[in-house]
Amino acid sequence: MSTATAASTPVRAKRRSSAYYRLQRRLRRAMLGVLILLVLAYTLFPYYWAIVSSTKQGAELYTTVFLPALNFTYYRQLFNNSVFMGSLVNSVFVATATTMLSLSLGIITAYALGRMEFPHKRLMLMAILMISIFPQIAVLSGMFELINTLGLYNRPSALVVTYLLSTVPFTTWILTTFIREFPRELEEAALIDGCSHFRILTRILLPLMGPSLASTGILAFILCWHEFLFALTFMLTDENKTVPVAIGLIGGTTRYEYPFGQIMAASVTVTLPLIIVVLIFQRRIVAGLTAGAVKG
Amino acid sequence: MSAKLARREHRTAWLFLAPLVLVMLMVAVWPLGRTFFFSFTDAYLDDPTVYGMVGFANFIEVIEDPTWWNAVRNTLTFAFISVAIETLLGLGIALLLNEAIPGRGLLRAAILVPWAIPVVVATKIWEWMLNDQFGVFNRILISLGVIDHGIAWTASSSLIMGVVIFVDVWMTTPFMVLLILAGLQTIPGEMMEAAEVDGIPAWKRFWSITLPLLKPAIGVAVLFRALDAIRMFDLAYVLAASNQNVMTVSIYAHDRLVSFQELGVGSAASTWVFLLVALVAIILIGALRLDRSAGN
Repeated sequence: MSTATAASTPVRAKRRSSAYYRLQRRLRRAMLGVLILLVLAYTLFPYYWAIVSSTKQGAELYTTVFLPALNFTYYRQLFNNSVFMGSLVNSVFVATATTMLSLSLGIITAYALGRMEFPHKRLMLMAILMISIFPQIAVLSGMFELINTLGLYNRPSALVVTYLLSTVPFTTWILTTFIREFPRELEEAALIDGCSHFRILTRILLPLMGPSLASTGILAFILCWHEFLFALTFMLTDENKTVPVAIGLIGGTTRYEYPFGQIMAASVTVTLPLIIVVLIFQRRIVAGLTAGAVKG
Repeated sequence: MSAKLARREHRTAWLFLAPLVLVMLMVAVWPLGRTFFFSFTDAYLDDPTVYGMVGFANFIEVIEDPTWWNAVRNTLTFAFISVAIETLLGLGIALLLNEAIPGRGLLRAAILVPWAIPVVVATKIWEWMLNDQFGVFNRILISLGVIDHGIAWTASSSLIMGVVIFVDVWMTTPFMVLLILAGLQTIPGEMMEAAEVDGIPAWKRFWSITLPLLKPAIGVAVLFRALDAIRMFDLAYVLAASNQNVMTVSIYAHDRLVSFQELGVGSAASTWVFLLVALVAIILIGALRLDRSAGN
């Protein structure tokens, strides 16, 4: 493009410059498109590869074929493996029970923190936040003693007790931010009419909070589903282990006999339902995850 | 509101808070206190009821142990490098997601996948992909002609820390992206448009408008991630058990406590971990506050 002609004929120059900007815009879009593809590959390929590997058998596993072989032998073996299925049941039980308990505790506390006035409220909020950043290892010895005193050692219900340490502050914190976002007018009217706080919570707020409770619940469930240290320490025998520990401890006799096919099948089995739920509720989950952090 | 009514409100508030306070006393305060207590005893895990008080001997034993200092070095290296990479990468992906381009919704969903996968599973998937003989990573590098034989990523003492950081970055960048993106969306579009109309180049808009306004969001994200990284246990434990090259302070404390059954020394090590996390928290929160007051 010559600048001399552009300077002599202003009309054409304008056209050229708009063509130039169009080209620039297109280049920019193409570049961003390539970047998006790169990030997509980075985030999705490992999981895709786990799915591919889990459906390959024997020597196929060691080839670099990028399409799944759709052989589900490993999955059949897995579903017939009573120890693995047992750990799946344990994980579902522990995560569900913990989530229910922490949601009930969380909503009551969040109502007080979000709606009521009382002294030392800020201190209370700070304490809850502090507990949620506790390193788990710092309470391990004391937790050991607690579990033994309660007679729960090597029982999945022990994990429900220990998981409350991280899930209760977490759900309380998120639910408090959610409650503060709700308009108060309805409740104030009810309060003036002499309605008790408990009735306001159960009759007015709770029916409105379904979506918030769902997203907070999913987050708490995921937190429990992922937990490793307590599950590793407090469960002794195989039939009481949870999924992460069961998968973490699968091993071959040597490095070369490592049963990667089975491990990938187990990995896909325990994460696929979670990923589907997360993708369905993605907006709410992102709202829950960022709610606590941005305003806190 | 009369004083009497206010008092009644306070009473109801504490009634609402009571369940949480009780649960937190049981699963947080009590175990933490007992861990502190055991730090001063010579108890063993098989029978914690038999013990003698040994003063600060356990604390001294831990800090005279070179393995402990090695673990501290590993933990700080890991936390610093991985959080730094996650912040930069998270910022990049968040900026990309903030652009109006096709594929954005897909990417926003895809970014949740690594986050929804348990640490243990993600570690196993990467361990398989990075396998020296059959891993897809080495295969791709060989076919591209970058290397001529597979690299033992997870078996080599000098590479394994790199692998741990790499896997951690893969898993936790989504969290960074979501928090930074939430921060980005609070920046008013008018401000950017005004700057664009004034002909301010893109890099300068980013440097002088976006970045300063993002600082609080990035600060909170870094705080959360750093505290999480310092107590890291599962990733290094699943990948390398008690391998000295990636042993973190949490693994060290867990080893003393569970593998060697030394309740006293293990508790002292746990207490050191607690103090380390508290120190980092204070430094980071201080830095954030200074930052915020400087901005006002």
